[in-house]
Amino acid sequence: MTAVVAALERRLWFRPSTSWIVPAALVGVAVFLVVGSLRSSLFAQQTISGLANGGIYASLAVALVLIYRATEVINFAQGALATFTTYVAWQLMAWGLSYWPAFACTLGIAFAGGFLVELVAIRPVERRGSQITAVIAAIGLLILVEGSVGWIWGNQVKFMPAPFPSHIYNVGGVAFSRQDLSTIGISIAAVLVLWLFFRFTKVGLAMRAAAVRPQAARLVGVRVSWMLSLGWGLAAVLGAVAGMMAAASPSVLLQPSMMDGILIYAFAAAVVGGLESAAGAVIGALLIGVLLNLLGSYVSWVTPQLLLPVAFVVMLIVLLVKPSGLFGRTRVRRV
Amino acid sequence: MGVLLTLSDVDARYGQVQALRGVGLTVEEGEIVAILGANGAGKTTTLRAISGTVRRRGTIELAGKSVARKGPEATARLGVAHVPEGRGTFSELTVWENLRLGAYVRRGSLREDFRRVAEYFPWLEARRSQQAGTLSGGEQQMLALARAVMQRPRLLLLDEPSLGLAPLVVAEIFRIIRELNDREGTAVLLVEQNARTSLMTASRAYVLEVGRVAFEGTSDELASQDAIRRSYLGY
Repeated sequence: MTAVVAALERRLWFRPSTSWIVPAALVGVAVFLVVGSLRSSLFAQQTISGLANGGIYASLAVALVLIYRATEVINFAQGALATFTTYVAWQLMAWGLSYWPAFACTLGIAFAGGFLVELVAIRPVERRGSQITAVIAAIGLLILVEGSVGWIWGNQVKFMPAPFPSHIYNVGGVAFSRQDLSTIGISIAAVLVLWLFFRFTKVGLAMRAAAVRPQAARLVGVRVSWMLSLGWGLAAVLGAVAGMMAAASPSVLLQPSMMDGILIYAFAAAVVGGLESAAGAVIGALLIGVLLNLLGSYVSWVTPQLLLPVAFVVMLIVLLVKPSGLFGRTRVRRV
Repeated sequence: MGVLLTLSDVDARYGQVQALRGVGLTVEEGEIVAILGANGAGKTTTLRAISGTVRRRGTIELAGKSVARKGPEATARLGVAHVPEGRGTFSELTVWENLRLGAYVRRGSLREDFRRVAEYFPWLEARRSQQAGTLSGGEQQMLALARAVMQRPRLLLLDEPSLGLAPLVVAEIFRIIRELNDREGTAVLLVEQNARTSLMTASRAYVLEVGRVAFEGTSDELASQDAIRRSYLGY
């Protein structure tokens, strides 16, 4: 009898199988959101606009994951680079381009910019120093880029033209803004295109190989250092998408520090997702976006100033319960 | 048959530690050559010097072209497939993705190559979408070999293909190496602890001792000289 109890205890308490917890919790959250949205139109609106914020965080979070997987460096300059590219878009429009051509040009410029930044600022540092050196270089880059945005375009708030005419869809008494729906759509599309690229193209495969096993990748002929530059380019494109979506949102103003807060949410999202998993980062970002929006509108003492700390508390709780993040795998390393 | 690979007077070092001192060797086209010797004699480093994954000096020529200043990416493009010790499969990727990476330096369709590889390793077909890390040790070693075949190399560098594998699996792997050499004419430079099996597979061998070539000769010569066999090959 005691043996049975002991065995049960071992099973239940000491070696719990947790693989079902994360999916179950996510399904629970999804059911909660759907049921809530069906019962209250305010809840539905807040959920959708939370998902829109989450979509912005998701693009930036996936950019962080992309670089982290390849080099194990958190690119703290990702937000500043996104701000810079958003100003580039603003400048193109100020010169007379309409929104979508400017959007497309900006993505191209962002790719070239990210590629060059890796080549000029990160590669020499990483080759000589450690990952800490690279992190410090990234922080230096953050200060440099943010400073130059202010120097080139000034610190006054600029007005970014809206990509979509403001329009409200009315579905069963619930008002959805076209702005929110498009933001969700574009962020998800950007992440999806990137996923397809990694999954189905030869270069994408080579980039994954270079990220997981750089030495073995070089032996089959993959130019690993170029793959890293390419990764920075793609991350900058995602950042540009996030920046332009953020600038289009009514709650964010186009100014040099525009992405500072968003970077922190994206960082929290990436950590919640496990830092190694793009899917985890997307889900983490959507969760954080929705959670903060619902808290902000339903809990009276959660003022906008308190949202950032709340994001940190969420991150801490996830790390305490599951240190590798929701989708992170504990990596086994062979030396 | 011409000379495919020539090393002469090759030095290599890891930081302060000099691992190779004036190593010279040749591999003819279509030949299997073994490098034998104790731990730390410089066997692995010799392969790494050829593929460019260690700092080295001296003459290294592949089919008359110098590769002494080339990195591993460029050497792979010139037709050298290096299967490193510990297999070097991409365990996070699927079997099929590993094979695709093997053909990374080549253009064109993979279907033909995959059919060829499946003749040597029929079990790969059914495991295409399995994650490489979930294969057994022997299967991972075979996948590493299969990946090298996808590269259509002129020279195959194999580092301890028998490491940590059961005798039956080792026999199977060596059978496949001989078959590859026979049918594709791929030259093989083989590093092994397992001297007896390597001498049975290779036509010639070099014995390394603290970074130098101590003896060289045909496999029969080395196996028949008791002194060499006992002190260097350990059987």
